[in-house]
Amino acid sequence: MSKTTVLAERPGWNGQPKTREARSKRHAFKKYKVLLIMMVPSLLYVIIFNYVPIYGLLIAFEDFQITKGFFGSPWVGLAHFEKAFRDPGFYLVLKNTVLISLYRMVFGFPIPIIFALLLSEVKNVKFKKTVQTASYLPHFISWIILGGIFMSIFSLEGPVNAILGVFGVDPILFMADTSYFRSILVITSILAGFGWSSIIYFAAITGIDPHLHEAAVVDGAGRMKRMIYITIPLLMPVISIMLVLSMSGILDAGFDQIFNMYNPQVYDVADIIDTYVYRKGLIDMDYGYATAVGLFKSLIGLILMLTANGLARRIGGGDYTLW
Amino acid sequence: MVKTESKIADIFLYAIMTAVLVITLYPFWTQVVISLDGGDAANSSFMLFPKSITFDSYKLALDFDALWIGYKNTIIRTCLGVALSILATAITAYPLSKKDLPLNRWITKFMLIQFIIGGGLIPNYLLIKYLGMYNTIWALVIPGMISTFNVLIMRNFFRSLPESLEESAMVDGAGYLKIFIRIILPLSMPIIATEALWVGVGHWNAWFDALIYTNDANKEMLQLVLRRIIIQNNPTQFSEVLTKLQEKSPYSGRQLQATVIMLSILPMLVVYPFLQKYFVKGIMVGAIKG
Repeated sequence: MSKTTVLAERPGWNGQPKTREARSKRHAFKKYKVLLIMMVPSLLYVIIFNYVPIYGLLIAFEDFQITKGFFGSPWVGLAHFEKAFRDPGFYLVLKNTVLISLYRMVFGFPIPIIFALLLSEVKNVKFKKTVQTASYLPHFISWIILGGIFMSIFSLEGPVNAILGVFGVDPILFMADTSYFRSILVITSILAGFGWSSIIYFAAITGIDPHLHEAAVVDGAGRMKRMIYITIPLLMPVISIMLVLSMSGILDAGFDQIFNMYNPQVYDVADIIDTYVYRKGLIDMDYGYATAVGLFKSLIGLILMLTANGLARRIGGGDYTLW
Repeated sequence: MVKTESKIADIFLYAIMTAVLVITLYPFWTQVVISLDGGDAANSSFMLFPKSITFDSYKLALDFDALWIGYKNTIIRTCLGVALSILATAITAYPLSKKDLPLNRWITKFMLIQFIIGGGLIPNYLLIKYLGMYNTIWALVIPGMISTFNVLIMRNFFRSLPESLEESAMVDGAGYLKIFIRIILPLSMPIIATEALWVGVGHWNAWFDALIYTNDANKEMLQLVLRRIIIQNNPTQFSEVLTKLQEKSPYSGRQLQATVIMLSILPMLVVYPFLQKYFVKGIMVGAIKG
C-alpha cells in the first residue's frame, strides 16, 4: 500500500495538508461568531463570581482592613493559621464538626439504603408512592421552618416530653442541654434527609435486570436471599460513590440546620466550623481570620474527596468512583 | 410454607413503612393541630387531633404586615431569580452544545471550577459589597445565577435535539440567534420548566444570603420574617398581635408560631406532590457519570 492511499483513508483528508486544520479552525470561529459573542457575558460572570472570590481567598494571608482594601492591606503570611491552631476555640469547633458529621454518617448513611431496599419490596404501588412522596417533603422546606418545628417538638410543652412524662421522667429542656443537643441534631437531620437520599438507591434497584431475580426464584431463593445475594451486591457501586461523596463533606456538619437550632447555651457542643466562620467574620468582622479558617475547611474537604476516591478505585475499580 | 413466610414478611414490611410514614408526617401534623386548636394543644402537646377548631390565630396572623411584605419580596425574588437564571443558563448552554465550537472543551473545564472550590463566605461577601450590590435584590439573584450543573444538563438536552431541524432552518437563511430563539428554545420547554422549578424552589427557601446581604425591613424575605418569629422569638409588631391572642389563650405564642409555619408552607404543601417528580429526575440525570 502506498503512502498516499493511507493518507487518503484518514477521515477528513481532502488533499490539503497542513493548512487544513488551521483553516477549519478559522472557519469555525467565523461560523460560530454569534455564539462566541453570546458566551462572553457568561464567561465574564464566571470570572467575577467564581474566580474572583477564589482569588479573594488571599485575604486569609492578609491583615485585611476594609478601609485599606484588598490591595492595600498588609501581608501577614500564615499568622491567621497560626492563631487558629493556637486557639482552643478552633479545636473545639473542629471537634464538634467532625463528631456531628461522623455521627450523621454512621447512623444516617445506612438508613436511606435500608429504606430503599424495604420500600422496593412493597408491591402496592399507591402505598409505595405515598410513602416515597411523604419522605421527600422535608427536602422542600427550609431549615428555618424545620428547625422551628423540631424545636417545638422537643420543647418543654412538646410531645417528646409528654411521652417521657408518661414514664415519670421530669421535663427536659432538650434544646439547651449539652448532653442531648448533638443527638437531637443528628436524629432530626436524618429524619429530614433520609427520603431524599434514598432516591439514588431506588433508581439503582429499579435498574436491576429482572431476569436475575426470576432466575433466582427458579432456583428457590426467597426474598431475603435475593436481597442479600442480588440486590445488595449490585448496589455496591452506588453505595461506594455516595460514601466517597459523603467523605468529602466530613467538615460540613449542616450549617443551615445548626445555625437555626443552636443557641449560646449549647455552643460548646454544637458550634461548628461554618457557624464559627460566620460569627468571626460577619459578626466580629475579623475577615482575615475567618477566611483562613474557611480556607482550611475547603482544603481538607478537597483532600478528603481525592483520598476517598483513590481508595474506592483501589478497592473496587472504576465503577466505584466519582471520576 | 414459603407463602406464609412471605405473608408475615409482608405484614412486617407494611408495618415498618406505615411507621415511617407517620414519623415523617407527624412533625408537620403537630403544627396543624396546634394552629387550629382553641388553646389546649399548644400546652398539652401530645394531641393527635385538635379538641376544637378555631381560626382565631389565622385571622390574627393574617393581619401581620411583615408576613405579607415577606411574601411579596419572596415572590419577586423567585420570579426575577428564575427568569435571570434560565436566560443565563440557556445562552451559556446553547453555544456549548455545538461540539465543534472553538475552545468548547476549555470553556467547559473553566466552568467546572464550581465543583472543586469556591471563595467561601467572606470573599463572596466582600465581593458583593465592592460591587455595590449590598442591600439590593441583585445580591440575591445574581450570585448563583449560572450553575455549571444546570448548564451541562441543558447543554445535553440541546444536543439531543435533531440536528436536521437546525440544518433546514439554516438552508432557509436563519442565523444561529434566530434558530436559538425560534426553534431551540420552544423545543426545550421540558428542560426549561424543570430547571425553572429547581431554581425557583431554591429561591423560595433561600434565607442565608438574604440574612447577610440585606438589612432593611421593607426588603425582608419571607424566610427571614419566619426566622424572626419562629427561631429568634423576636418579632417587632408581632407582639401586638400576640397580646391580642393572649387575651384568649395563655399558650398563644406557640399557637401563633404554628400558624405562621402553616401559612408559609401551605403553598409548598399544595404544589410539591406534583412537582417532586421533576426534582427526582434531576437527581437521576446528575447521577449519570461523566
